[in-house]
Amino acid sequence: MSYLEYNTKRMPSGLTKVLYLNWPLVALLIAVGCYGFLMLYSIAGGNLRPWADPQMKRFALGLAIMFFVAFVPLWFWRSIAGLAYVASVLLLLGVEFFGTIGMGAKRWLVIGPFRLQPSELAKITTIMALAAYYDWLSLKKVSHPLWVAVAAAIALLPALLVLRQPDLGTALLVALGGGVVIFAAGVHWGYFAAIIGSAIGLVTAVMSSRGTDWQLLKDYQFRRIDAFLDPTLDPLGAGYHINQSMIALGSGGWSGRGFMEGTQARLNFLPEKHTDFIFTTLAEEFGFVGASSLLLLYMLVIGVCLLTAIRTTNRFGALLVMGVIGTFFLYFAVNMAMVMGLAPVVGVPLPLVSYGGSAMIVIMVGFGLVQSTHIHRARLPS
Amino acid sequence: MKRSEREQEHSRRIISRRGLLLGGVQLGVAGALFWRLRDMQLNQSEQFRLLADENRINLRLLPPTRGLILDRNGVLLAGNEQNYRVVIKRDDAGDIDLVLSRLARLIPLSEDDIERARRDMLRNRPFVPVTVAERLSWEEISRVASNAPALPGVTPEMGLSRFYPLREDTAHVVGYVGPVSERDLEALETPDPVLMIPRFQIGKSGVERMEEDRLRGRAGSQRVEVNAVGRVMRELDRVEGTPGGNVHLTLDARLQNYALERLHGQSAAAVVLDVESGDILALASGPSFDPNLFVRGISTTNFNSLLENDYRPLLNKTVQGMYPPGSTFKMVTALAALEAGVTDGQERVFCPGHMDVSGNRFHCWKRGGHGRVDLVSALAESCDVYMYEIAQRCGIDKINEMSTRLGLGIRYELPITSVSAGLNPTREWKRNNRNAEWRIGDTVNASIGQGFVLSTPLQLAVMTARLASNKAILPRLIRDPSARAEQQAASLDLRPEWLRMIRRGMSDTVNDRRGTAYSSRVVAEGQLMAGKTGTSQVFSITRAERDAGVRRQEDLPWNRRNHGLFVSYAPFDAPRVAVAVVVEHGGGGSSAAAPIGRDITLAALNDGMPPLSAYPAPQRNRIHSEQQDMQERLRRPEDMRISRA
Repeated sequence: MSYLEYNTKRMPSGLTKVLYLNWPLVALLIAVGCYGFLMLYSIAGGNLRPWADPQMKRFALGLAIMFFVAFVPLWFWRSIAGLAYVASVLLLLGVEFFGTIGMGAKRWLVIGPFRLQPSELAKITTIMALAAYYDWLSLKKVSHPLWVAVAAAIALLPALLVLRQPDLGTALLVALGGGVVIFAAGVHWGYFAAIIGSAIGLVTAVMSSRGTDWQLLKDYQFRRIDAFLDPTLDPLGAGYHINQSMIALGSGGWSGRGFMEGTQARLNFLPEKHTDFIFTTLAEEFGFVGASSLLLLYMLVIGVCLLTAIRTTNRFGALLVMGVIGTFFLYFAVNMAMVMGLAPVVGVPLPLVSYGGSAMIVIMVGFGLVQSTHIHRARLPS
Repeated sequence: MKRSEREQEHSRRIISRRGLLLGGVQLGVAGALFWRLRDMQLNQSEQFRLLADENRINLRLLPPTRGLILDRNGVLLAGNEQNYRVVIKRDDAGDIDLVLSRLARLIPLSEDDIERARRDMLRNRPFVPVTVAERLSWEEISRVASNAPALPGVTPEMGLSRFYPLREDTAHVVGYVGPVSERDLEALETPDPVLMIPRFQIGKSGVERMEEDRLRGRAGSQRVEVNAVGRVMRELDRVEGTPGGNVHLTLDARLQNYALERLHGQSAAAVVLDVESGDILALASGPSFDPNLFVRGISTTNFNSLLENDYRPLLNKTVQGMYPPGSTFKMVTALAALEAGVTDGQERVFCPGHMDVSGNRFHCWKRGGHGRVDLVSALAESCDVYMYEIAQRCGIDKINEMSTRLGLGIRYELPITSVSAGLNPTREWKRNNRNAEWRIGDTVNASIGQGFVLSTPLQLAVMTARLASNKAILPRLIRDPSARAEQQAASLDLRPEWLRMIRRGMSDTVNDRRGTAYSSRVVAEGQLMAGKTGTSQVFSITRAERDAGVRRQEDLPWNRRNHGLFVSYAPFDAPRVAVAVVVEHGGGGSSAAAPIGRDITLAALNDGMPPLSAYPAPQRNRIHSEQQDMQERLRRPEDMRISRA
């Protein structure tokens, strides 16, 4: 959508935009955020410090950013999509050369007083770039191999740069987020079938080669794969965390052990209980009721956004929303699967609930774009 | 790009379709997550709850307070002492070297202690308290407490540890406790979990060991919540244990102390029995040792010096030591002959100083012979030939029977470790153990308590008590205060006229001018003593030695001299106590053992230091100075703590 398409007569303007916000989505996001505040308060032993208080401030900042992004006309975001993408790729390259090392990986760029994590930025700019690309591309060319290759390159370039940091979790999220947009744009399903099929084939080939003469990986590499897939094989390392996490989660039962009564969390059996494993604490203290209600809230967020995507006639906006909810879904689904012992341990936070700044701001920017799409959707004359 | 209405519609349809498809997939994944959540939290929550509790709850045992051991008057023999110790936590201490060096100025700490404490602290997690010093005095612990501000992380703590206030006096009877060893645990089928408590102590010998079940009590338990690194967060609940029961002994601590001191400097044993009840009033084995050393963990040097001591302090000679009873056995031979009817006791036997039996010459201890002796004078003057004669008439079987009846050769069930049975040699025993037939010479030897016969001092005391009471009394060490009605011992069924002769002989031994223990007589009215001396040969003086001029016991090296024995009961007309004394390699019964026997008997009758008036006048000066020496060594009454328990 360009400025030319921007039909000012049918679009809300000025402060009236507030009335056109997707208020149910705002309410749902605040509800999800409250789960986070409550758990961070509990984990700190009934204290706002050190986690709940900064988290609330950050969440307020995130909401402000969301409103700001929402009120900016959608055509502006489409116009800067390409620029933003190029900028984030450059920043990722900057990390590659000038990045700060922390926790065994290069992730941050320090510019003056700011500490920037370009990989978080890349999640959103990749989606924007792909949405803009498919908005620009003629519908007839969408499934043409050449144009599919261009789209794939747009998604994979930042993903590969993130992978080099190395940050497997974020790289997967970037690539899969892009994949969701490509899929939503209507690229022929055969491409996806081919990718999934070849991936399965490759994995099967590698795994079945084990112990044969034409073994494709070294033994120690297989052992690392084993430990990655089944953490119980490594009971003192990652397996310990997953095991303790499952104990905490399971012991919650129907209604949980009570607010601030979770023994696993309070007695430090849980790792990273305020960040990646916060869902476990929730499940321990509030049980099935608490945990499944958060899952329900997340799904409602997805549903509300999906409605926005379907109801807009704006191709850029619709694809953008699909990308944002795809990424958002991957966040919480991977995180929950991990703490339940269904997925290997990768560092993916629970969106809007885990303690942490960068991820929350990026998610809020994403929902700002969803709101912008909602406000500026082309309305059919009633 | 500006799109046509149709294209826009087409795009919307594709996005809607793909969007719904993606939404469907997401819903499916969410459903799987939901299902997993439901399975874990609703179906398996019990197991996970259990695992969570296993994680956080630690069961700790609280050691029970060990029961006390008391003497017959309630004097504390084994008790529990407040034990002050200093523990230190690394994470509170900060600079541990500084804190330890300050601590070393307040309490005695060796370089080794400091090094060990440092090592323990660095090896353990920082919040684990490490014991730096133990068994501190009240003064030392208060110095630490009052300097607390300068000693971060240091806490004075209190615990209980076993102690034996009378130290050497009761070491062999009461025994001692020590840490549980692997062997202790292996010996038990289902060890009490309390034994796993670090530093828990159990009885290792004596009453402490034999009455372990009663003394130990039952452990309490404490459930505490711990965090992931093991730090205790809070106590969840606590079940107090049951303290161990007290054990009341029949011993009289003061008499025990007197008896042991009277044996001072010799390798000897003394037993005092109540002739009616069989209560063991004193069971002294000298030299003794301080059992408190064992509780603290005895040093190798100390232990080796105990092991290498020729007088064998670790041995409880009263029940473990087996000695040829010598002439103290003659009452057995005499009674056996009387019962067999081979003599009436009045009959006189001529003693020329020796007797030839089947080609061997057996000597009487009196080379010149006793002349014509009857039973009473044979006992009083300890004539060997008389015994040879009547023993041959009645035979070994009758002697054995009487010996058993009088309590020799029997292993008594007492709560002391290593009680031995002694030896009543029979024909069968010799066949089995020596692979030889019993010969008449063996009977002759046995008749004077030599040859194969072996007895413990306790057995000799039992024999004497039985002779004095004509009852089959059994020695008793545990006093059951609840059993008011004392069990009456069965009668021995020895004819009064026989016993009269035996007792007369024993009385004459002490009170008749010709008796072997005449110099150890008592002159106090109502405390007259009857007894029998014994000198048992360990080695005979060889011809070579005799040629080299060795005539007397004193010329021999200590460990080749004869054992001196003495048994007695008193008062003669109304017996109350029976005493047996064995002085290892003491030389002779009348010189080495009888004076000790008399003093202990008098101490038992007078409930303390014997009055000088009980002794014959010419001896009083010597006795007086002996008593003064001894008075300094005896424990003062205030050392005998009466326990109210």
